[in-house]
Amino acid sequence: MEVPENFYSLIETVCRDLYIQSLKEIPPDVVEAVKRAASRETKEVAKRIFSHYLQSIELGRTKDMIVCQDTGIPIYWVEIGGNMRLDGSRLSKAIVSGTERATREHPLRSSIVSPLKRENRQTSTGERIPIIHYDFVADSDVLDILFMPKGSGSENMSSLKMLVPADGVNGIKRFVMEQVVGAGAKPCPPTIVGIGIGGSSDLCMTLAKKATTRPLGSPNPDPEIAALEKELFEAINQTGIGPQGLGGETTALAVHIESAWTHITCNPVAVNMQCWRAERRRAKVWADGRVELGF
Amino acid sequence: MADYRLKTPLSEADVRQLKVGDSVTLDGVIFGVRDGNLIRVFDKNVPPPVDWHGAALLHTAPNVRKLGPGRYEPVSIGTTTSMRMDRFTEALLRDHGVRAILGKGGLSDKSAQLMAQYGAVYLSVTGGAAALETLQIEEIEKVYWEDLMPECIWQIRFNGFGPLTVGIDAHGNNLQRDVQMEAEKRTADILKKMGVA
Repeated sequence: MEVPENFYSLIETVCRDLYIQSLKEIPPDVVEAVKRAASRETKEVAKRIFSHYLQSIELGRTKDMIVCQDTGIPIYWVEIGGNMRLDGSRLSKAIVSGTERATREHPLRSSIVSPLKRENRQTSTGERIPIIHYDFVADSDVLDILFMPKGSGSENMSSLKMLVPADGVNGIKRFVMEQVVGAGAKPCPPTIVGIGIGGSSDLCMTLAKKATTRPLGSPNPDPEIAALEKELFEAINQTGIGPQGLGGETTALAVHIESAWTHITCNPVAVNMQCWRAERRRAKVWADGRVELGF
Repeated sequence: MADYRLKTPLSEADVRQLKVGDSVTLDGVIFGVRDGNLIRVFDKNVPPPVDWHGAALLHTAPNVRKLGPGRYEPVSIGTTTSMRMDRFTEALLRDHGVRAILGKGGLSDKSAQLMAQYGAVYLSVTGGAAALETLQIEEIEKVYWEDLMPECIWQIRFNGFGPLTVGIDAHGNNLQRDVQMEAEKRTADILKKMGVA
C-alpha cells in the first residue's frame, strides 16, 4: 500500500515523541526486573542504590521527568512491512528531523559531537547520526520503529573479540565473563548484557546491540543458545558486583544472545551492555496514519 | 556505617571523618565538571574560572533550559562515569584544593592514594537516577565556558543532595575497587565450575 504524502511528517513527530518518551518512561519489563532485584538485596548500600533507581523511575512516569541525564546516541531499528510502498530516503530524512525536533523542542541535551574537533551542533545529530538500522518483514502492512537512546556509560564498555573456531564456546564464555567483570561499576549495573555470536566483526557487534533491545529475559528461540544465556546470566550474578558496582546480589538483569552464521575460520563474540534503565520505545505506524505505541 | 549531612565548602576535617560505605547528604554549591572542561584546564592550561579550594566537584553534563543570557534551569541533571577523568585527580587535589569528587563507577587505586595523601573523598552518586538528583537542586547559580555546552563548568546549588555513598575515603579505602577485586577472584572459580578454566 502506497503511503500518503503526509506520512513522512507523521514519522517525524512520531520519532520526536519516541525520543522524549523513551527518556521518561522506563519499559514495564525493566521496571519489574529492577523491583525483583531490589527485593533480593540485604545490604544497606545496595538497598539505597535500588531505592534511588525506583524513585527515579517513578519520577519519570508521574512527574514527566527525564530519568537519566544521558540522552545517548539516538538509534532506530526500523522494520518495513513488505506491503508498504514508501520512499526510503524521505523516511530517513523524517527520522533525522524528528531527532532534531525532540532535542530543540523539549529541549534535550545534545550528546553528539564530531569525533576529532568535538563540535556539537546541539541537534543530537551529525555525520551518520542518528544510527538507523533497516530490516524488512514479509506480508506486513506496518512500519515498526524501535528507538533507543544509548547511554555512553554502558556503550563505552563495548568489546569484540575475533575468537577462532578452536576457542569454541568456552572461549565465548570466558570473554563475556571477562568483559562484564572488567566493566565493573562503569556501565551502571545491573545491566542487560547483549552478546553477539557469529557473523563478521561489524555484524557481530550489531547483534550484541540488538540483543539488548529484546524484552527482558525473553529467551533466544534456539534452545542451545537459550541455555548459554541462562548459564551466563547465573554466572554473572554470582560475581557480586551489584548495583553501581558497590556490591550486591544482582549484576545483570538479563543476558541476551543474538547469532548469525559465520566464516569457517571465524568465531567472533561481541559484548554490548545496556544500563539498568534499558530505555526503549516502539511505534507501529500504518499507512493510513494509525500509530500504536509500545516498548 | 554512619550517616552525615555536610555543607560545602568542605574542610579537611569534614572529609577525614568519613569511611567507605557511610552515607553523606550534601548542601551548598557543587561544581559540575567533566571531560571537556577538565581537558581545557589541564591539557590546554586554561586556569579554572572559579576557586576550587574546599570544593565538591560533580562529574556531570546536564540537560538544561535556557532562560536568558547565562541563565539556565535544570531539565535533567545526573552523573557520569568518573574513571574517564581519573588522570586529573592529582592536580585537582594538589593544585586546586578539591575536597570531594562526586561521580559514578569509582576511581582508581592511585586516586585513592592521592585522596589519603591530600585529604579528600570520592562520593558515589547513583548513576542513571538523574530525576531524583534534579529534584535536589535549588538553582543553577552560574555557568562558565558556555562555548563547551553541555560540557561547561556548572555552579549548582543543592539542597540535600544524596544520600551519596562514600566510595573512597581519605584513609586509602576504595569500595568499588574492593568489590571489583572480589568479583575477579570469584570469576576464576565460576569459570572453573563452568569447565572453562
